[in-house]
Amino acid sequence: MAEDAKEGGAELVFHPMDQFIVKPLFGDGPVGLFTVTNVTFWMALTVLAIFALLVLGTSGRSTIPTRIQSIAELAYGFIRKMVEDVAGKDALPYFPYIMTLFMFIVFSNFLGLIPGSFTTTSHIAVTAVMAMAVFLAVTILGFVKNGAGFLGVFWISSAPLVLRPVLALIEVISYFVRPVSHSIRLAGNMMAGHAVIKVFAAFAPMVLISTGIGLVVTPLSIIAITAIYALEVLVSFIQAYVFTILTCVYLKDALHPHH
Amino acid sequence: MEGDVVQMGAYIGAGLACTGMGGAAVGVGHVVGNFLSGALRNPSAAGGQTATMFIGIAFSEALGIFSFLVALLLMFAV
Amino acid sequence: MASETHDAAGTASACVDAGGGAIGMPQLCGEWMGNQVFWLVITLIVIFFILSRIALPRIAAVLSERQGTITNDLAAAEDLKVKAQEAEEAYNKALADARAEAQNIVAATKAEIKAELDVATAKADAEIAAKAAEGEKAIAEIRANALVSVKDVAKDTAKELVSAMGGKADARSITSAVTAKLKG
Repeated sequence: MAEDAKEGGAELVFHPMDQFIVKPLFGDGPVGLFTVTNVTFWMALTVLAIFALLVLGTSGRSTIPTRIQSIAELAYGFIRKMVEDVAGKDALPYFPYIMTLFMFIVFSNFLGLIPGSFTTTSHIAVTAVMAMAVFLAVTILGFVKNGAGFLGVFWISSAPLVLRPVLALIEVISYFVRPVSHSIRLAGNMMAGHAVIKVFAAFAPMVLISTGIGLVVTPLSIIAITAIYALEVLVSFIQAYVFTILTCVYLKDALHPHH
Repeated sequence: MEGDVVQMGAYIGAGLACTGMGGAAVGVGHVVGNFLSGALRNPSAAGGQTATMFIGIAFSEALGIFSFLVALLLMFAV
Repeated sequence: MASETHDAAGTASACVDAGGGAIGMPQLCGEWMGNQVFWLVITLIVIFFILSRIALPRIAAVLSERQGTITNDLAAAEDLKVKAQEAEEAYNKALADARAEAQNIVAATKAEIKAELDVATAKADAEIAAKAAEGEKAIAEIRANALVSVKDVAKDTAKELVSAMGGKADARSITSAVTAKLKG
């Protein structure tokens, strides 16, 4: 809602989407391909945070880990176990790529929770690139590893013969919807949560406009912001987890196309 | 005047699209509830199936996100 | 709606209005996508190299080293346990030995004491027997003496009695009569 709700002299200002605007970090010029923008800034912060956790945190290489080192080891073990359990042992060579995706998403999501920050993963352009990369990599890998046998992923040999062409059609469609749902799930979740917080934040100064309604609305919206924020903390992690585990599932399809 | 009608239609459509999110909520609740009832029957097997539950949640939740997206598109992009 | 409210004069972008607010969804603004994709690709490449060159090998090394340490420690603990068990066995054995020896000593001492006791008893018995024999001998002697005296007394008494009654008895017949009487 770009429109402002006017009521008397003061007004509630609804700009839930303004937090997603990309703007140049220096100056006021147009956003070109190589312009240093707030996207650059927050992605650089993500890199720094990952560097701090996984490189500086483990620089002690101690057998008895410090706190930060045990977090780093926890993340490592978590993703490694996920790859091994979901995609199988022969997927372990692709573990660094999956770890890269997971670390980037989880840190972007959590940095986006800082009030006033910019959430890079709430942009469909960003998640779509990652989802398409996963989709293309998995498809190419499937054909390279299995040749034409990769098409067996659409031909469900355990189903009755009559149903197989129908199922094959459904499987083909769902296969090509994968990158769409994969990217929109992450971006949509992040965008939705942040937009909802912003809408509630717009209701919070209601007490300045009308004291009667405001005494009810303002505390309610502040409580709602807190609650949604807590939910968002959970969602930030779960969406990173889901993105990663779906990547593992797709990878499993590429490595073992016959279910 | 014509533009107002289009805008009205877009807003009504956005509101209607949001009902789809309720369906996603029902679906996610169903997945988790069934997982929980199964897990309480056989707690030893529950640990290995948590990942499957999350995949199921992700799939059913994605459709709710789609309806949310349709609502946003109707409000901001049409 | 987007283009209707767009004020081209006051802004450098088609997606932002004059007041700096978003027009439509910023996510769908085409002119920002190239920039985002460019920086995303750079970010992902940087993260990938940080992870695959430095972080992951290091964490893997730390984890395997810890696994090795744990395995070694477990083996050492197993060794120590075996040693402790051996020590306990040795202790038990020593204890049993000591007990057996103590029992031996007790038995030997008992035997010794018994032997001494036996010897002493035998000696005492012998002494007692000797004393008894001596006593019997003395008694026999006394008895014999007594018999003789009894004979003498009887002879004298008989002689006196006979003479008191007015008879005259010769010594030989009195003796034989007394002897016969004594025997009877």
